[in-house]
Parts: sequence; C-alpha cells; structure tokens
Amino acid sequence: MEKVEMKRRSQAKENMRRFLKNRAAVAGMIILGLLILGAVFANVLTPYSFDKQDLANRFQFPGVKHFLGTDEFGRDMLTRILFGARISLFVGILSVAIGCLLGGSMGAFAAYYGGKTDDLIMRFLDIWHSIPSMLLAISLASAMGPGIMNAIIAIGLTTIPTYARVVRASVMTIINQEYIEAARCLGVNTRRIIWKHIIPNALAPIIVQASLGVATAIITTASLSFIGLGVQPPEAEWGSMLSKGRQYIRNYWHLVTFPGVFIMLAVMSLNLIGDGLRDALDPRLKR
Amino acid sequence: MGKYILRRFLYMIPVLIGVSLIIFTVLYLTPGDPAMMILGEDAGQEAIEELREEMGLNNTFLVRFFNYLRGALNGDLGTSYTTGQPVLDELFTRYPTTITLAIVSTIVAILVAIPLGILSAVYQNSLIDGISRVIAMVGVSMPNFWQGLLNILIFSVYLKWLPSSGFSSPLHWILPAVTIGTSGAAAIMRTTRSSMLETIRQDYIRTARAKGASEFSVIWKHALRNALIPVLTIIGIRFGASLGGAIVTEQVFGIPGIGKLMIDSINTRNYPVIQGGVLLIALAYSVINLIVDILYAYVDPRIKSQYSAGKSKSRPKQQEAA
Repeated sequence: MEKVEMKRRSQAKENMRRFLKNRAAVAGMIILGLLILGAVFANVLTPYSFDKQDLANRFQFPGVKHFLGTDEFGRDMLTRILFGARISLFVGILSVAIGCLLGGSMGAFAAYYGGKTDDLIMRFLDIWHSIPSMLLAISLASAMGPGIMNAIIAIGLTTIPTYARVVRASVMTIINQEYIEAARCLGVNTRRIIWKHIIPNALAPIIVQASLGVATAIITTASLSFIGLGVQPPEAEWGSMLSKGRQYIRNYWHLVTFPGVFIMLAVMSLNLIGDGLRDALDPRLKR
Repeated sequence: MGKYILRRFLYMIPVLIGVSLIIFTVLYLTPGDPAMMILGEDAGQEAIEELREEMGLNNTFLVRFFNYLRGALNGDLGTSYTTGQPVLDELFTRYPTTITLAIVSTIVAILVAIPLGILSAVYQNSLIDGISRVIAMVGVSMPNFWQGLLNILIFSVYLKWLPSSGFSSPLHWILPAVTIGTSGAAAIMRTTRSSMLETIRQDYIRTARAKGASEFSVIWKHALRNALIPVLTIIGIRFGASLGGAIVTEQVFGIPGIGKLMIDSINTRNYPVIQGGVLLIALAYSVINLIVDILYAYVDPRIKSQYSAGKSKSRPKQQEAA
C-alpha cells in the first residue's frame, strides 16, 4: 500500500517538474500571480479610491500622478483596474466552480450509469449546447437581473455542457481500464473505487479545462458588463469601464486601452497555464 | 451514409423543440410585463389587462408554449412587440448582414491562419513559429469587443482610413471582419499547427521522404490533406458560431445584424423576436454542424466506412477531442 502512495507522490512531482520546465506556463504563473497580488492589495497599493470622484482631475492622460490616467469622473484608472481584477477573478473562479460542479457531476453520472441515463443527460446537454453560450449568458443574466452573483450563475450555467463532456469522456475511459476491474474483483467497494481510483485519474483534463474556463469566463463577464448586464457602475469592472470609455474614444485613448490590456493579460496568463498543465499532465498531447 | 444524414436531420427536431422550451422558460421567468412595455409605464391597468388577454399572456405556461410551437411549425413565429412586423420577416431582413459578416470574417481567418499554422509546424521552434505562436496566443486572449475598440481607435480615429460603424459598403466590413477573424484565426492556427505536427511525424510521411519525394510534395500533398481534417472541424465550429451573430462585436460597430437585434430585443423584452432569433441561430448552428460532419466523412474514408457500416452512433472521436 505504501509503495502505491510513494509512486503517486513522485508522479505529482514529475508533473510539477514538467510544468516548471515550460517557460510560457511559468510566465503565465508570474503574470497571474502579480494580478492576484494587485487585486488582493488593491486598497493599499494606490492612494486613490475606486469610486470617489475628483472632478478637477477629469480625463487626465497617463502621467506621474496617475500612471494610467483618470476617467470621466477623475477617478484613477489604475486603482479601478486593480479593483476590477478582484471582480473578474472572483467571477471567473466562482462561475467555473459552478460549471465544474454541475457539469462534472452530470458527466460522471452519465458515464457511470451509461445506457438510458447517459442518453438522456447527453441529449439534454446537446440542446443546452445548441444555444450559443454568449446568447444564453445574456438571456439568463437579463432574466435574473443585473448584479455580480447573477452574472456568476448565468456564466456558470452556460458552461455546464463543456465540463460534462470532459468529465464523461475521461470517466468512461477510466471505467473500462483493467485496474478498475481488478479493484472490483478484489471486492473494493464502489465509494472507494470512485474516490481512490476514478476521481484522481479523471482530474487532469478537468483541471486543464477549468484553467482555460476561468479565462473564457473573464471574457464573458467583461462582455456582459460591456453591454450593460452583469456588474453595474460604480463598481469597477473591466468590461463596464471599456463601455464607458467608448463614449470618449475620439479624444481619450487611454480609457479604452488599459482595461482591455488587463483583460488580455489575465486571459493570456490563464491560457498559458492551461496549456502548460495540459502538456505536463498528459505528455501524449505535447506539441 | 444517406441513412446517417437522415437520422441526424430527424435528430434536429427534438433539439430545436428543446431549445425553444429552454428559451421559453428563461423568458417566462424574466421579470417585466411585455404588455406594459408596449403601452408604456403610465398606461391604465385596464388597458394593460386587455392587451395581456389579447396577447395570450394570461394563459398558463404550457398553453403558451404549445401555441408557440404550433405557430412555429406553420412558419409563424409571432409578431414583434416593437414594430408589429412578423418575426420571421424581421429575422430575414437582418440575417443577410450577419451571414455576410460570418463569411467574410471566416475567409479572413482562414487566409491568415492556415499558411501560418503550416509554416509554424514545418519550421517548428524557429523564429516564424515563435512569432506566429505569440500572435495566436494574443489573438485568443483579446476579447473581441476590445479588439474592435482598438481597431476603431487606430484605423478610424487616428488614421481615418476606415469608417467606425455601419455596414453599408464593403469598406465598412473590413474592421468588423478583421476583428472577428482574428480570434478565429488564432484558434484555426493553433489547430493547424498541432495537427500538422502530429501528421508529419507519422510513418507514411517518413515513407514518402524515404522513397525520395520532394519536401514540397511531402508537406503539401501527403501531410496537408490529412492534417486539415481537424482544421475543417474548427473552421466549421467557428463559422457556425459566427452565424449566431457576433453579438457584442455587432454592438461595437453598430452593425444591424442578428446579434444586435437580439440585444435590442432583450433590452425591450421583445419576447417573440428573442424566441425566433434563438431558434434560427440554433437551427443554423445544427445545420452547419451536420454539414461539417458530412464533409468530414468525405475527406476521411475511415469515418465514411464507419458510418456505412452503421457502427458509429455519435460523432467520430477525433472531433470530440478537437
């Protein structure tokens, strides 16, 4: 038994080593780490407030006092962007958690029971999937009304089919492996099979999908706020900052540039990490 | 094969009914009274009640849904609350714009992505590979609407080369098509590269080289044909998705396509248009998916034989992985 434990730990170490050798993935980790630090310490990092207006300093271009300039109410852009990182990361992670949990259990259920149950769940997900996710997110968000929590739920619900498919595919492959059959023959009970054998082995593709999923969720959140759903002003959110800045695009370029740069950085770092994880966890897919 | 196509066609019926049911339920739960939206906030209670009765809003959920389905089967998707026009007419006046945009942006994406993807794979780890991979990574990480804003900022505001909104002439198409095309190109390029890398490591490519085929012939004749199969899927998926209207991008460029119609309708609680639009988009998406699957079978004889033997119930595995 001990031998098995040891082997698993060295497997994790091996994955970690492979991941850290990937320069792009490490760069992604560093960018994401900095963003998280910025988000967490947003209120100490800058002397400004994200919602206090300072009309004497409206539309300042980037300079020494305001690194990224100020907006139409004289609020410091950098401060608002850092507070925006809180919202984006929060919404991204939580909505993926919802999608993973609901979608993952549906997929696992479908794969484990197979037959009619599988058919029924997968057909339902086919239908869910035939509605473009952006359109579905918009409809759900407008049905539930504006607000961060509603945006999280709307985005989470639209991602269900993705996770369900990933989990189903991965559980199905594992269930048919010989070591599961061996465990069954040895009289290992179902719960132990699920927790000790199926879940740890099915986890890799889910982790990869989830890290890419947070990236997509950040874009969806920004898109929702951009069209006036989701997070509402004066809350600093990247998408709604861009939507406001758009009105002044002819004169103040900085308003439509910097929030987008940060969306891109956040999304890119997660994509790099996701790709790195995929390569590390599944060397067969290495490209 | 014929049997398979027929079965897939029939399968679209329950999917579309399901899509209608979902969107009907979502709208049913949406707060806001359409009758009040039409008459205005200060309309009398009686007038609102009368209109509700007339529009059938007082019926139960199931009655309303079945009435809707019956209408839809007869080609009647209801009338728009805001314009009084039949929904089908509204959708058909907007759809050509969206289709044009989808086609142009897909062409842009293919023209950029496939050559870059091939070069990237053939010269793996070279400078050109590095540059195109960075471009692709940036491309997938930029939200479409932000890229649209940047394009407007650079090409309309500063350089004054291209118009920033509208869709009346091919000149107006360029910015939105490039905007939507870029993210498509990023995805297509990544798939082309990885599929090509996988293909050129196959035994038959080594055989081709060994028997003295020129490098050009090995890449363009032997490898490309097989490597493009997964690429076809991703192009199909992208195209199918853009037929649903680039919802936010249409908003950025003020393009009167289906995406903008959907957002306007959601904002005005124009339920019949939302329902009809979602149905049309889902239909377009399913048809494109079906076409991609059929094309897939034609370019890959292995899949074709699988279908003819009636073995496969769902899509080929390769595609799910893509």
